[in-house]
Amino acid sequence: MSITTPPPPEPAIRFVDVCKSFGERTKRHLVLDRVSFSVPKGQTTVIAGGSGQGKSVILKLILGLLRPDSGQVLVGAKDVSALGYQALQEMRMLFGVLFQGAALFDSLSVFENIALPLRERTKLSNEEIRNRVAATLEQLELTGHEEKFPAQLSGGMKKRVGLARALQLEPEIVLFDEPTTGLDPVMTREIYEMFSVTQQRLGYTAVIVSHDIPQIFTLADQIILLNKGELDVFADEAQIPHSSKPFIREFARMVMGQQVA
Amino acid sequence: MNQSKKETFSLLRIVGGLGEHALYLLTDLGRMGFFLFSALRGLFKSPFRFRELIKQLCFIGAGSVTVIFFTALSSGMVLGLQGYYSLNKFGAEGMLGSAVSLTLIMELGPVLTALMVAGRAGSAMCAEIGIMRISEQIDALECMSVDPFRYLISPKFLAMLISVPLLTAIFDVVGIAGGYLAGVKLMGVNEGAFFAGMQQSVTNHDVILGVVKSYVFALLLVWVCTGRGYFVQKIRGAGFGAESVSKVTTQAVVISSISVLIFDYLLTAVLL
Repeated sequence: MSITTPPPPEPAIRFVDVCKSFGERTKRHLVLDRVSFSVPKGQTTVIAGGSGQGKSVILKLILGLLRPDSGQVLVGAKDVSALGYQALQEMRMLFGVLFQGAALFDSLSVFENIALPLRERTKLSNEEIRNRVAATLEQLELTGHEEKFPAQLSGGMKKRVGLARALQLEPEIVLFDEPTTGLDPVMTREIYEMFSVTQQRLGYTAVIVSHDIPQIFTLADQIILLNKGELDVFADEAQIPHSSKPFIREFARMVMGQQVA
Repeated sequence: MNQSKKETFSLLRIVGGLGEHALYLLTDLGRMGFFLFSALRGLFKSPFRFRELIKQLCFIGAGSVTVIFFTALSSGMVLGLQGYYSLNKFGAEGMLGSAVSLTLIMELGPVLTALMVAGRAGSAMCAEIGIMRISEQIDALECMSVDPFRYLISPKFLAMLISVPLLTAIFDVVGIAGGYLAGVKLMGVNEGAFFAGMQQSVTNHDVILGVVKSYVFALLLVWVCTGRGYFVQKIRGAGFGAESVSKVTTQAVVISSISVLIFDYLLTAVLL
């Protein structure tokens, strides 16, 4: 009897030979140099790398907020850079995004921030919206803070409100841009726990961009390391020292120290 | 030989720099054109945010009444005094009502109202949108498939287009009252002559010219101020973060004020 291995999960997102550079004509800075990788459906992909290495650029390319200089960014079967305005809007409905600074609307209260996607994207009544937001606030331990404004919240609370807002429409894919930057270890652990709980409940595909190395690897089904425009993909942390790419080995040595050396 | 190579190289750099600057200006103009189109289109998209419109009307319109009142009163009184001084030399003080009202309705009312609103509300709008841009709040709206033009920009456009003509009307009335106070009550010009001169000289055409100007200025103000804030990260030389917002806000007020003055001349030349 032959043993059949399960087929690999279908990719939710694919980068094919993507190049992206910034700056003026005479001093262009190449951030992504012909990078290719896939994000498997329903799994957690962690993209790690130093500051300014293009991690957030990857998220913006996925969302169509930036366009690649060359190559393709595919969400499902659709090439993001070829989509028109309306198609792009529809494609973005698949996503929830937790921004680095949470990107809460500072003139709206916590309640209004979380209710915004429901008000704008659904036809739910005010009563239903109130109930759904109250349930989310309770799950994320934010009950009692609904009337506060973002400026009155701590960093961890802002992230939790941002996560609540990102998950309101139960998206298929959730992008996390530095979810634990600037948080203390206790708060970081809380965010990780909330991530695991919500992913188990909603089953979304997660892409986490972070430089919280190596702690962030505990959440990963797939790790992508990014350094100097190059990237390499690993199934787990143990494979990192064996990368064939010198810039990746150099980066791993710098951030993971003795574990790699 | 070496010297001539150097000269050619520096000439090429100058021409290249000029070309690059021209390309930047064209791109910027194209961006702003797209912005205007999207903002106007957003007015017709549903659901329209009436609550936001009311908030903006309160901020731009009601909030500017005090500054408009004092600017109009002082301009009207100065016009009354200066007009009296000049007309008195020819024994034509009776024409004071006509001079004050025509100057205010056709020129000073629309222009000074627009400049005051640019300084008070235009700068605030630019800074608000600029901060929303750099703190990724506008990106967040786009990621939620919420059209930032319909949600943020279009209510500001409509509020400005409603408020500025009304503020101009208030400016005209208060300015004429100021001219009346200075000319009639202080300098002793005949009250009947003041009002009769005004009635005889001000025609519908003059009033329409003032109204058209106020609509054009309102559009210019809100377009430039919100547009500069929206593209804060794409403006050359603006820098990054808080500094970029402050620079772009200054730039927005300067550009919108200069545009108002240029369009004032053009509209007067075409419509007078």
